[in-house]
Amino acid sequence: MISKRIIPCLDVRDGRLTKGIKFKANVDIGDPVEVAREYYEQGADEIVFYDITASSEGRDIMIDVVKRVAQTIFIPFSVGGGIRNLEDMRRVILAGAEKVSVNSAAVNDPEIIAQGAKAFGSQCIVLGMDVKKVGITEKIPSGYEIVIHGGRKYTGIDALWWAKEAEKLGAGEICLNSIDADGTQEGYELNLTALISDNVRIPVIASGGAGKPEHLAEVLTKGRADAALIASMVHYRTYSISEIKKYLSEQKIKTRLLW
Amino acid sequence: MIAIIDYKAGNLTSVARALQNIGETFLITDDIKKLDTASHVIFPGVGAAGDAMVNLREKKLEGWLKNWIGQGKPLMGICLGAQIILDHSEENDTECVGLVAGSTKRLPDHLASAGQTLKIPHMGWNSVEFKRSHPVFQDISPAAEFYFVHSYYPAPSGEGAVLGLTDYGIKFCSVLAVRNLVAMQFHPEKSGRPGLQILRNFCRWEGQ
Repeated sequence: MISKRIIPCLDVRDGRLTKGIKFKANVDIGDPVEVAREYYEQGADEIVFYDITASSEGRDIMIDVVKRVAQTIFIPFSVGGGIRNLEDMRRVILAGAEKVSVNSAAVNDPEIIAQGAKAFGSQCIVLGMDVKKVGITEKIPSGYEIVIHGGRKYTGIDALWWAKEAEKLGAGEICLNSIDADGTQEGYELNLTALISDNVRIPVIASGGAGKPEHLAEVLTKGRADAALIASMVHYRTYSISEIKKYLSEQKIKTRLLW
Repeated sequence: MIAIIDYKAGNLTSVARALQNIGETFLITDDIKKLDTASHVIFPGVGAAGDAMVNLREKKLEGWLKNWIGQGKPLMGICLGAQIILDHSEENDTECVGLVAGSTKRLPDHLASAGQTLKIPHMGWNSVEFKRSHPVFQDISPAAEFYFVHSYYPAPSGEGAVLGLTDYGIKFCSVLAVRNLVAMQFHPEKSGRPGLQILRNFCRWEGQ
């Protein structure tokens, strides 16, 4: 039977990791390629790179990073952040990424999902959703609203409607980030995750709020997520990915244990 | 020399990078003359069966594949390349190459396991239950898992062609092996060390 996936997320700016990642002495803590290799060795099932570079020079550096990652690890990885059109997607995919993730660009122009799916296949297109709990209103019947620009701008779009719409347009997967839970390390937003996962047929990656292995166990069972995104809890070496997987295995949650 | 068949079905660079990593020399080509010079051929692909068959026929690669198999030389199909080697695919109702008797079917809707509805595509890591040993899967632990991403699966009509089964609410054929042909629904090039080991084994296999 299929395993639940554990996916570390790395934020990159101008080709370097934005947060210092505390690794052993032989690992360059600022180099995304070295850290990706470390996570690959620890049993990561997939890796997400989020490029927060603003300049076009920085974007070229990111393409180089993607190429080097593709020569180093032999598991799928995705690249998100600043993907605005088919040409951005093509560059990242040709450099070796398995998937590209679109977020604000898809809110501004949903057709980018359909175009990407047609050009590269649905399996390549991940919809990134940043979501805030706002309470149920006529306009937001699920009580969860899509926000963009790092949570600063409300869009008036209902999160559940948007997830279903993206699936229709051809997204192959959803990476669902709760802005409320993000950074708290107090657990994923379980209600939101279950709501979206139950109402789409494509896999859902839960994101935001992971602080300890129990949080992953919850979101992969009660939250019905297919995969869990993690950041600080592994970046600061509080836990290794293999420790998390061992814990999940003790809770009878199937993950990939041999790599 | 290993050849990767280029028939405009997705991005072939990940297979190439995996071969590079295990130290194999390779070429990526759609040129029949160059393919003829290879010792081993890899037939990858992602995307839809209909488009893939149109491209294969345009490039005269369908006949070439049959001929290569007839000569007893090693061929490895990956993902879509494990589906369109059958007679037919339900995807776009497509007549396929027919190296192996059978058809490619869509994963049924509303599969469930342990109370959870299973998603389509089948995307992620899953294991393979091997029915017999095979040189290409030598030294692969039964606990190994492989990366899958697909909505269709190969269903050969003869039991003998089924080398491995995978459980996703139904048990489907995830690895086929017939004489000098071996094909897998998962992506060995994205399956970590066990995947690289399979590629390494294939490159040493003489098709026996």
